[in-house]
Amino acid sequence: MRLITGSKFKIGGMIVAFFLLMMLPPILPSYWLTILTQMLIFGILAMSLDVLMGYTGLPSFGHAGFFGTSAYVVAILSTRYQVGFLGCVFGGFLLSTAIAFLFGLLVAHSGGVYFLMITLALGMVIWGLAFRWVTMTGGDNGIAGIPKPELGIPIPLEDPMVFYYFVLSVFLVVLILLYLFTRSPFGLSLRGIRDSESRMRILGYNTWLHKYLSYVVAGAFGAISGILWAYYNGFVSPMDLDLTASFEAFLMVILGGPGTLIGPALGAGMIVFLKNFISAYTHRWLLILGAIYILAILYVPGGIMELGKRLVKGGDKE
Amino acid sequence: MKKLFLVSFIGMLVIGIAAMPTSVLAQEKGPIKIGFFAPLTGHAAQTGKDMLSGLQVYLKEQGSQVTGRKIELISEDTEAKPAVALTKVRKLVEKDGVHVLIGGLMASTGYALMPYVDSKKIPAIYAIMASDDLTQRHRGKWMVRTGWTSSQPSHPFGEYAYKELGYRKVATIGYDYAFGWEVIGGFQRTFEEAGGKIIQKLWTPVGTMDYGPYLGQINKEADAVFALFFGAGALQFVKQYKDYGLKDKIPLTGGGTTTDEHVLPSMGDEAIGVMTTLHYSAAIDTPVNQKFAQAFRKFAGKSASYYGEGPYTGGKWIIEAIKALKGKAEDREKFLSALKNLKIADAPRGPIELDSFGNPVQNIYIRKVGKVGGELQNTVIKVYPKVSQFWKYNPDEYIKQPLYTRDYPPLKP
Amino acid sequence: MEFFIVQTLSGISFGAILFLLASGLSLIFGVMNIVNISHGSYYMLGGYIGLSIFWKTENFALAILGGALAIAGIGIVMQRFFLRRYFEHFPQVLMTMGFALIFRDLALLIWGGDPHSFPAPAFLQGSIQAGGIIFPVYRLFVISLSIAVAIGLWVFNEKTSLGAKLRATVDDNEMAKGIGINVPMVSAFMFGLGAFLAAFGGVIAAPFFGVYAGADFEILPLAFVVVIVGGMGSLKGAAVGSILVGLMDNFGKALVPDLSYFTLFLPMAIILAIKPTGLFGRK
Repeated sequence: MRLITGSKFKIGGMIVAFFLLMMLPPILPSYWLTILTQMLIFGILAMSLDVLMGYTGLPSFGHAGFFGTSAYVVAILSTRYQVGFLGCVFGGFLLSTAIAFLFGLLVAHSGGVYFLMITLALGMVIWGLAFRWVTMTGGDNGIAGIPKPELGIPIPLEDPMVFYYFVLSVFLVVLILLYLFTRSPFGLSLRGIRDSESRMRILGYNTWLHKYLSYVVAGAFGAISGILWAYYNGFVSPMDLDLTASFEAFLMVILGGPGTLIGPALGAGMIVFLKNFISAYTHRWLLILGAIYILAILYVPGGIMELGKRLVKGGDKE
Repeated sequence: MKKLFLVSFIGMLVIGIAAMPTSVLAQEKGPIKIGFFAPLTGHAAQTGKDMLSGLQVYLKEQGSQVTGRKIELISEDTEAKPAVALTKVRKLVEKDGVHVLIGGLMASTGYALMPYVDSKKIPAIYAIMASDDLTQRHRGKWMVRTGWTSSQPSHPFGEYAYKELGYRKVATIGYDYAFGWEVIGGFQRTFEEAGGKIIQKLWTPVGTMDYGPYLGQINKEADAVFALFFGAGALQFVKQYKDYGLKDKIPLTGGGTTTDEHVLPSMGDEAIGVMTTLHYSAAIDTPVNQKFAQAFRKFAGKSASYYGEGPYTGGKWIIEAIKALKGKAEDREKFLSALKNLKIADAPRGPIELDSFGNPVQNIYIRKVGKVGGELQNTVIKVYPKVSQFWKYNPDEYIKQPLYTRDYPPLKP
Repeated sequence: MEFFIVQTLSGISFGAILFLLASGLSLIFGVMNIVNISHGSYYMLGGYIGLSIFWKTENFALAILGGALAIAGIGIVMQRFFLRRYFEHFPQVLMTMGFALIFRDLALLIWGGDPHSFPAPAFLQGSIQAGGIIFPVYRLFVISLSIAVAIGLWVFNEKTSLGAKLRATVDDNEMAKGIGINVPMVSAFMFGLGAFLAAFGGVIAAPFFGVYAGADFEILPLAFVVVIVGGMGSLKGAAVGSILVGLMDNFGKALVPDLSYFTLFLPMAIILAIKPTGLFGRK
């Protein structure tokens, strides 16, 4: 494979990580397995948001809306209409993406803080719907009792380890797809828009269309993580798509290093890990997490990927 | 280089594995582990903390031991999010190997945990979560409710309001979600069956700060207002109710959380005279409760409330069940059975036993806010003993009717 | 008719609190282009510090000034030592979010999470009755106070030399430095002023909204809504936007209760879709 990134270490690191993700589960205690699964699910969410934030330069405070919508669709279809696994996946993906198509029309012409604000507003509208449309969404109670996924073939997805490998495979497929997407000519023009939209316009690009499609792609892949989340928990609630959820997705991207795909995935993993790890030792975990965020910006503004690069360069004896 | 990546990744794993217990299988003489979960950060943090304090006060009284075995309390923060609650409960059950779970504040958490708790066959004490259906139409086997149902205190109050307070027309207002609907629904049902009429039902979004738009709409013909709020909303509503001049015109009543002891100290004289209904009051005048209230105040530095009493009694429930098992808490089925068959005669709130659907049958207290010794308190005016979640109705008939929701019972024309 | 009048006054009084929050945010967000997630924290902490001051001194005015000034100080420290180097939104969000979390946990540690309140001075309590209308005196006071603040800000901005320096710094950082304006100090002052206004709003609101855990993230989206609807960087926008939002929210809740959760954000989304810079936005 051509090393476009030019970094042997990055590839090496990824191979090691892949190896560990594949080999660890049988020896991991069940609790850590579920945490790892959670890291992967949010990794997908973070990567999807990176397409929008890191590659196109459009910051969104409403991304959890897509995550939550597909989760709700899975919940409603499976508990109320007894739709099977594939039907729910299809339904969730379809509705979330449809909403992305719709909302994209409202947001694609803006950028910067305006984009931030309008995505915030749209996210809150979706949350309001989830909270208020009680007959459909169960309101504040959410919807519990989502049955374990069944593929119809004898693969027991309800087993946590099997489910983990399933999530892992989805994660890898998403990673590869998004990698190809961001390296494609379309993806490269997104980066051009991020760097200077006016320049791209002068060069003749239809920047509106590019931004629109980027938003839809981000929403569609965000929907995938939502579907997995619904099956992972077996329930869905309005908290899964509120403002704090969107904030967290945003933080995962920044902490990881926007515009690197792997970075946000690592950021997601790190935040999930830290939240659970620190809270086991002290109730003051919020304070510590806040301090970590501040220190991260002060010393490693480019996120985990920058940290990685620095460590690597520091150990380099050229 | 590659080494660094490898090292850092392994490092993270080592930390994780190091945090593993050496054995998840409990031993007969080892400590009894109790897993507590509630919001400890976020807007409900203080409530969760009070719940934890209640449990801690009880365990301290018992010397943190039962039948010669040490008790280990492990507490986790749910952030008031059901997804986080599930993750933390998984940790308590699978990593920490607890014998029993206790906690939970948000209704959504209650529903969300049931499948997991049932699949892992671990007893879970719901000491506060009040969603009616958890012990009606959507029961779980391993859930043991030692708290209450939202509509349980409302049923007697509907009758009380009609018969003893003489109200005939009441306007209701409350949070627009299940807890609000259930508390108000219960009141509406018995009040109207006694002959009264609910003339208006207002619902406010959770998180509303400004009740102006609603206070301006309250039907002036009402004999009284029945309100359901808690936390900051209770504080804001009662204050603004007075500000808008309604306090002197229309008596204010409500569900117990509207004047609960966690907000009462911050309310001024505008709260005096408000009548509410709940299965507890810090002002219950029995030696058991006075002892508890004082111990709680000493431990937590604030007045006891039902949030503290719930887990205190929940803790007692667990300990008494273990005593009945002579310390053998490892047999889960026997443990569950002991918990479900327990009766407590002397909880701070009074005597409790579980009905066949798994919900406490207990005293309901009609309270009136008064000032005693310079402090506001929920003075007990009347006690309805042995009230079940079904009030006077036949349980199977009751279940056939719909759950109380926003539009059920409907407004009479 | 009475209903209409009471609702209008209610809406305006809510808008008055929003104005205090929004004018501060308009300054920080609209003018200095800093996305400050801890702006709601300023509101909440202002209330808490005011509460503590009131508990010690029973002096309402002192509580307001003390709370607002203390937070202004915190704001200045944040800007001067932490935020100054970061002109991109991403690092600002992460950093200010970090501070918001820290403030949240510290507030929980120091004051606990129960809701608190302190009363307005006696002469401001009670309600005015005219015809069939009853309206709290304190809310009328809040409205007048906000108007006074609005006028004060306008005068400061347009008529004073410091105001001129502020505008110069915002318009062109380099030039301002070039003509001898102490840009770092002016920037710190602006941020501090924004924080002051937010905290001021928090203390003023305490007698009827209370001070409690969670107020920070409850009020934050509201502030953003006003700034967006009114237009960023515009004082007039903040004023008009807050009144508009206050009225829309009030009447929306009263007349269309089914849509209560949407009365704030739906109008915001619509306005953004049509006129992204808001009603009076400059950029």
